Amino acid sequence: MTATGTFTPAPGTAPLPRMIVAQTVLETRLLLRNGEQLLLTVIIPALLLWLFSAVRIVDTGEGERVAFLAPGVLALAVLATAFTGQAIATGFERRYGVLKRLGASPLPRWALMTAKTGSVLAIEALQVVLLVVIALALGWSPHGNPLVVAVLLVLGTASFSGLGLLMAGTLRAEATLAAANLVFVLLLLTGGVLVPLDTFPEGVRPVLEALPITALAEGLRDVLRDGAGTPWPELGVLAVWAVLGLAAAARFFRWE
Amino acid sequence: MQTDAAVEVVGLVKRYGSKTAVDGLDLSVATGTVTAVLGPNGAGKTTTIETCEGYRRPDGGTVRVLGLDPVTQGAALRPRIGVMLQSGGVYPGVRAEEMLRHTARLYAHPVDVDLLADRLGLGSCGRTPYRRLSGGQQQRLSLAMALVGRPELLFLDEPTAGLDPQARQATWELVRELRADGATVVLTTHQMDEAEQLADDVAIVDRGRVIARGSPEALCEGGAENTLRFTGRPGLDLLALCKALPADAVAVEMTPGSYRIEGKVDPQMLATVASWCAQHGVLPDRIAVERRTLEDVFLELTGRELRG
Repeated sequence: MTATGTFTPAPGTAPLPRMIVAQTVLETRLLLRNGEQLLLTVIIPALLLWLFSAVRIVDTGEGERVAFLAPGVLALAVLATAFTGQAIATGFERRYGVLKRLGASPLPRWALMTAKTGSVLAIEALQVVLLVVIALALGWSPHGNPLVVAVLLVLGTASFSGLGLLMAGTLRAEATLAAANLVFVLLLLTGGVLVPLDTFPEGVRPVLEALPITALAEGLRDVLRDGAGTPWPELGVLAVWAVLGLAAAARFFRWE
Repeated sequence: MQTDAAVEVVGLVKRYGSKTAVDGLDLSVATGTVTAVLGPNGAGKTTTIETCEGYRRPDGGTVRVLGLDPVTQGAALRPRIGVMLQSGGVYPGVRAEEMLRHTARLYAHPVDVDLLADRLGLGSCGRTPYRRLSGGQQQRLSLAMALVGRPELLFLDEPTAGLDPQARQATWELVRELRADGATVVLTTHQMDEAEQLADDVAIVDRGRVIARGSPEALCEGGAENTLRFTGRPGLDLLALCKALPADAVAVEMTPGSYRIEGKVDPQMLATVASWCAQHGVLPDRIAVERRTLEDVFLELTGRELRG
């Protein structure tokens, strides 16, 4: 065998920004290609928004139903992508050795996590555009400061990501799949997304209000429906969940 | 540690709970060579390789790869090595070509992706999602991912497991080309012929230690005996033949007219047999010297019983 020079060693790392962009683009593309993920992140929230606005399934209190539902469904979209979708995808990446193999590549772990966050935010941007368009078509007229809305969405993303990664990095992939879906359904029903909190007995309300989904849905509702300034209590709840979730994920996440 | 070796493992110990997977293993790999790590299942091959790759922290001993500590200096080491895991490592929904292209983007001077895909016969399945590739295609993609970054040193964990003969040959060709181009390759395998064909150096590992070491030729020569076979007229007087041969040689008539001599087969012995045959007016037909294969050596060293 004579040398051809094709494989002459020339090792070297690509520039970090190029690696992060490439990883973000790949992970986003894989999520958009995955039917189950799209069902969860796009179709279910859009369908619920349209169905519950068009038909009086639950009593949403005074005012237009869409004014109550749009903020709740935006919170649900964040839950679906940052928590359920990310937990399932990452759980299976761990199970199939993707995280392990990437660990032997020049891509640092923090850069991989940055890329994952980037792809979650990209999907969320698509969800927000789609849901806002549907809500506007249903007669929604939002209020409040868009910047506060953005802060709520980002903090919600941080808290759900921490919890999703904690689950993906500690449980078996199948257990993550089941648990992440179960949590999604439970929070959808009890977290002030479609059903107003005052429907529930007074005794359990403080518990429900401490959930990150409730804080996000109610915070968004305060701003978008009621035109409130900055919903500090809800931001506080989300910040606590974000710190706890991300710290626990960093501490307990197992790459293999 | 200043060294010319690409890999220098000294006294490596790795335990999983109460089980000792690697038990004082030494391995030195010279730069620019192909080294095959041979051993039965559970011998500690993968644990050793994965410690070199930085996945496992040694419980004892030292590991230096390209002069670096894989655990504490992993960031400097990773761009310089290519890794092929025994299985997995790829997103189930990703397309073959997409994954290879993506891996190439993580390196500064990658190999041309189209050329590589072509060489490994991945051109036709470039659009197929990983989970729908055949086992052999998955293996080849994984190999391509290991060498796309032009590493100095490659760790290939069972690179040809599950490949058909054509794909196996293509992989062997690629490994030879890597060596010719100056890369160092460490591979694990169960297949003796693979080690014989490819390796400059073989390390036979059993129960967490290296129990034999050397070139395939050297390993096959040493120790036990070789065999000389020939056919001729039935019923030759073997007792007389044995008297002419060295004391430790044994001659038997396997089936009428088919003879086997076991002992140290050297040119002298061959001459003795030929001249004895000439004296007795026998034409030794189909005379053949059989050398020990690496498989014989392996089985002698590691035993023939199946292990659970």
